[in-house]
Amino acid sequence: MSKLVKIDITVPNQTKYLGMIGRIGESLAYSLESYQGNRREFAYQLNLVLTEALANAMRHANDCDPDKDIRVSISASDQDLVIKVFDQGQGFDIETLAKLKACASDEGGRGIKIIFKLMDQVRYTQEGDRNVLEMTKHLH
Amino acid sequence: MQLNMTEQGDIVKISIEEERMDAHNSGDLKEQMLQLFDEGKCNLVIDLTAVRFIDSSGLGSLVSGFKNASAREGSLKLCCLQPQVRSMFELTRLHRVFEIFSTQDEALASF
Repeated sequence: MSKLVKIDITVPNQTKYLGMIGRIGESLAYSLESYQGNRREFAYQLNLVLTEALANAMRHANDCDPDKDIRVSISASDQDLVIKVFDQGQGFDIETLAKLKACASDEGGRGIKIIFKLMDQVRYTQEGDRNVLEMTKHLH
Repeated sequence: MQLNMTEQGDIVKISIEEERMDAHNSGDLKEQMLQLFDEGKCNLVIDLTAVRFIDSSGLGSLVSGFKNASAREGSLKLCCLQPQVRSMFELTRLHRVFEIFSTQDEALASF
């Protein structure tokens, strides 16, 4: 029997949906039997990574346009958890953003760095007419 | 964002009455603090008892308040962080920037 979990959701490009999507990630963390680490911490991290990725896509890729939408796909196997966030924007250079030196007193610029710290692989590519932020976490 | 504000001498205590501080609501806190600064109230204690989740936008609003308070010779201090929220300050190294207290009384006594 397949132990693959797949979730695919599309929401309007509005920050009021951040909490809903974040909580889905949190619930998922408690249901992934193969995860060996601290589950409470993992749940917070998934909530955070989803919140940061969506907020980033809503603001910077979709230019806060409420008529656009954001698609989130999450798939989990025994080995890996893969989160994809699809936006409708012009795209950006994620490596450059991640390498920007941040000063402790900067108000912004922490979101992408947090994603890189918490996930094992992060890449930003294109699928069809959408950009995709793909984030992978190894579960073992 | 639901906030509860009370004044004690020249210190304003702001309790965040939300479970989440994120990109959806943290702009409200930033605006509220700017209004206080405009009124000359530059010593703030932010009580995070109710906050279970904070993202980079929530942290950014606190950094904004901290910088604005400092620029006006006041200060912004934090208290009552839940463990997961505390770990966000450590992850982003902001625990080195803010004065963080276990209780509201300790924060108030530090001024």
